[in-house]
This record gives sequence, structure tokens and C-alpha cells, in this order.
Amino acid sequence: MIAACFAPAAALFAAFWLLPMARLVALPATRGAATYFAVLLEPRYLQSLVQTVALALAVTAASLVLGAAVGLYLGRRRFAGRRLLLAALTMPLAFPGVIVGFFVILIGGRQGPFAALTDELLGTRLTFAYGLFGLFIAYVYFSLPRTIVAFTAAAEAMGEELEDAARSLGASGRWIARDVWLPALAPTAGAAGAILFATAMGAFGTAFTLSSRYEVLPITIYNEFTNYANFALAASLSIALGVITWLALFIARRFGPAEVGAAA
Amino acid sequence: MTEGSVRRSPALFAITIAVSVFTVAPMLVSVAAGLVENYSVGARSGYTLRWLDEVWSQYGSTAWHSIALALACVACAVVVGVPCAYALARSRSRAARAFEELITLPVAVPGLATALALILAYGEWRDFRQSFAFVFVGHAVFTLPFMVRTVAAAFAHDDLVALEEAARSLGAGFVQRFLGVLVPAVLPSIVAGALMVFTLSIGEFNLTWMLHTPLTRTLPVGLADSYASARLEIGSAYTLVFFGVVLPALWLMQWLATFFGPRPVRATR
Repeated sequence: MIAACFAPAAALFAAFWLLPMARLVALPATRGAATYFAVLLEPRYLQSLVQTVALALAVTAASLVLGAAVGLYLGRRRFAGRRLLLAALTMPLAFPGVIVGFFVILIGGRQGPFAALTDELLGTRLTFAYGLFGLFIAYVYFSLPRTIVAFTAAAEAMGEELEDAARSLGASGRWIARDVWLPALAPTAGAAGAILFATAMGAFGTAFTLSSRYEVLPITIYNEFTNYANFALAASLSIALGVITWLALFIARRFGPAEVGAAA
Repeated sequence: MTEGSVRRSPALFAITIAVSVFTVAPMLVSVAAGLVENYSVGARSGYTLRWLDEVWSQYGSTAWHSIALALACVACAVVVGVPCAYALARSRSRAARAFEELITLPVAVPGLATALALILAYGEWRDFRQSFAFVFVGHAVFTLPFMVRTVAAAFAHDDLVALEEAARSLGAGFVQRFLGVLVPAVLPSIVAGALMVFTLSIGEFNLTWMLHTPLTRTLPVGLADSYASARLEIGSAYTLVFFGVVLPALWLMQWLATFFGPRPVRATR
């Protein structure tokens, strides 16, 4: 009976993920074994990889710090409208990356309020939507809700006794942050951080919408496949990307239980 | 509860306010932009439903496509995923654990890679490639683990193991036990999983952009198209349509979580 229960899922997974993926993994070999390492050997791809890793790391760091602050606040305070605020803050989890990119264009694009404001103040219409900063802002936007959810839950679970004890012994806010909050939130930060990093590495929709001058690896893969029909290289690059995101999530699970999600 | 400890940290309060504005403001701007005559001019240009109307006539079909696709994913996740979740919860074997790892791979690996693999494997099958079934299989393998994980956790509950044992000792056959006892007991988790699958499928872009054809466009694909080619007001109005489709599901999910959340999975009906 157990086997019969597994069968439909196994069939679906084998036919539409495992076998196609086996084909993808085998493809670069047709152009020589070195093709597998194209991302490291070819300067153009290596640059794209380094840029993507740098962006993902910066986004992860910023989102962890901001998310921890919001999580600490929301997890340990009860006020009217708290649930509503939490619901609003987690809404972007359901948005496709393209919408997040569009938000940045709306605010920081040529017709946005930021351009209007700088026009008023400085006499030139400044935009931030189409460069690295716009990409960074957009990635932080879709990363924050995940950290807020995780840190709010962790802060709710964190007992207040330790902190009250520290305070009654005369510890200042800075010491409490270092000796009480940091150790209590570190596992959450590790797990959530890895998920954020993996999500940011693989995100495609946002970068696609912003068509940024700062090229990230998913865009490079897309271009190889669509514009140059270079299937073996696209396959090789997506294997490299897949290995990186999978490794990050694998490490995340070492830190403790975490949700499965890595979708943007 | 009002005095002492973290409750007095102005820095946390300030960051929370800033992050809230950062998150909510673009949504409000986008909603407003879809309803004003001219975005650059702003509210002074007056409000209109003209852009929504235009979006609906030009892209309305994509909304129905996405809803149908998401419902198909839910159906697939229930029919295929729930039995799989049961099997995972009841077998301790190493193979079962490995299988659980394997089926979550489509979530761990970027959608772009999955989409490329599907195109390489089935791109030549023209009828399949050009139908919604092609987009559907991509969504199905991507959303399946969310249902499986959610429901397997509920199936693994001790009360349920005992309940199943009781039903077995009373002579209930497997199908009777499964459909009559187990599935009703984990129904809240199935519903939660279904809503998760629904919202994930509705919002999926990374896979879908590669898998779609001009005749098989979904809402996010249409959004990307309008962002690239149409005026900002139309993109915003279209975003409003997306909100209208996804938010009810999201609210239902949050309502369910607070309704069933604090209690453990109940073994009784």
C-alpha cells in the first residue's frame, strides 16, 4: 500500500523533473568536459557569477539586519493592528518577481516620484531603477518578508526571563543585544540567510523586468538560451547555479528546521 | 507588558516603521497608478477605470488561464501529493527519506534550470510543447513538495497513528481508513497546502516565462509583457488585476492559519 501511495508522485517527478534534468546535466558533455566549468573558465560568465554572488550576499545581509529588527519588534509587542501589519508585511511573498521589478520602476524610474523630486530639488531627473541600486532595492523587497516571518516567530519563542535577568543585573541595551538576542536569533539568521541567498541567486523575474545594466547569472543563462541558442552553455551555467542554490539550502537545513521555500 | 525590556527600543520601532513604509508604499502607489488618468501628473489628472478596462480586454484571458492552471495544480497536488505524504509519514526507510529530498529539488534548483530541462526533453513534442499541459507539468513538480511537506507533518502526528490503528483493529480496510479517517483528520493541512500551491502557481514566473507560448500565457507572463511594452498606467492596472486574483487566496490562508494554527492537528472530526 505504501508503494502504491508513492507511485503517482514518483511517476510525475521522474517524467517531468528527473529525466529532463538528467538530460540537462548530460548536455554539456557533448561539447567536451570543460564545458561544465564554463562559468569559471570564461571571464564573461565568471564576472556574471561574481556579480550575482556579491548582490545576493549584500541583499542577504541587509535583509537579515532589517528583518531581525522588525521581527524583534513585532514578535515581542502586542498592539492593535499588529496582525494586520504582519499580513501587509508578508504580502510580497505571493508576488512574482516581475511585480517587484515593476514597483522599482514605478518609484525610481523615469516617470516616478523620485525623478520628479530630484527634478524639483536639483533640476535633473535622477533614476535608480535601471542600475545596481534598483536591483538591490528590489531584491531586498522580496527578501524582507521571509526574514520578518522567521524572526517574528523566533522572537515570540524567545523567553524574556534571560533578558529581564540581564537587565536587573544592570546590562545595557547594547550588551543585551550582544549576549541575549544574538545567540537566540543566530540559528534563525543562519537558516533564513541561506534561503535568502539561494532565492536571490536564482531570481529571474525581477532582473528581467528591470533589464538592469548589472547582469546576473539567471539573465546570462536566459540570453545564452534564447538569444544565442547556445543550449550546452545554458545547461552548464544552470547546473552551476543549481548546485550553488542547492548547497546553500542544504547548509540551511544544517542550522535547523526551515521552510522549503525558495521561490521568487 | 507595556514597560521594560525590548519594548522601549526606539531603534527597533523606527526600523519597523521604515520597513513598513518601504513594503506597503509601492503597493499603494501601484494601485493608485492603475486608477489615475496620467501617472506623471498624478491624482490631479483624475481617476478612471479606463486602464482596467483596457487590460481586461487585452489580457483578461491570462487571468482565467492562471486560475485554471492553479486549480489544476491544486487538484494534482491533492491526488498525487496527499498519498505521497501519507507514505512518507509512515515509512522510516532510507529510500523514503531520499525520495523526500529528491522531490524538493525542483524548489531548491532555480526555475530556469527546470524549465530548460523540460524544453530539452520535450521541446520536440510539438503538441505538448504548445499546450497548457507543458506549463502545467512544470508548475506541478514545483508546487508538489509544498503540499507533501505540509500534509506529511500532519500525518506523522501521534494521535493519528493511534487513530489509524484503532480503525484497523475495528476491521476498516485501507481505502476506508484513508478516506474515512485519515484524510478528514488532516483536512486543515490539506487546505493550507492547497492554498500554498494555488498562490505559488498563480505567481510563478521563472519557469513559466520559458515554458509559455503566445497561446499559453499566464498572468505573470502577461504582466512582464505589459511592463515591457505598455504604458505604466496599464502595467499598474494589470498589477491590480493580479492583486484581485491572489489576495483572496492569501487572506483565506492567513485566516486558516489563525483559525487552525494554535491547535495541533485534531485527530477527531
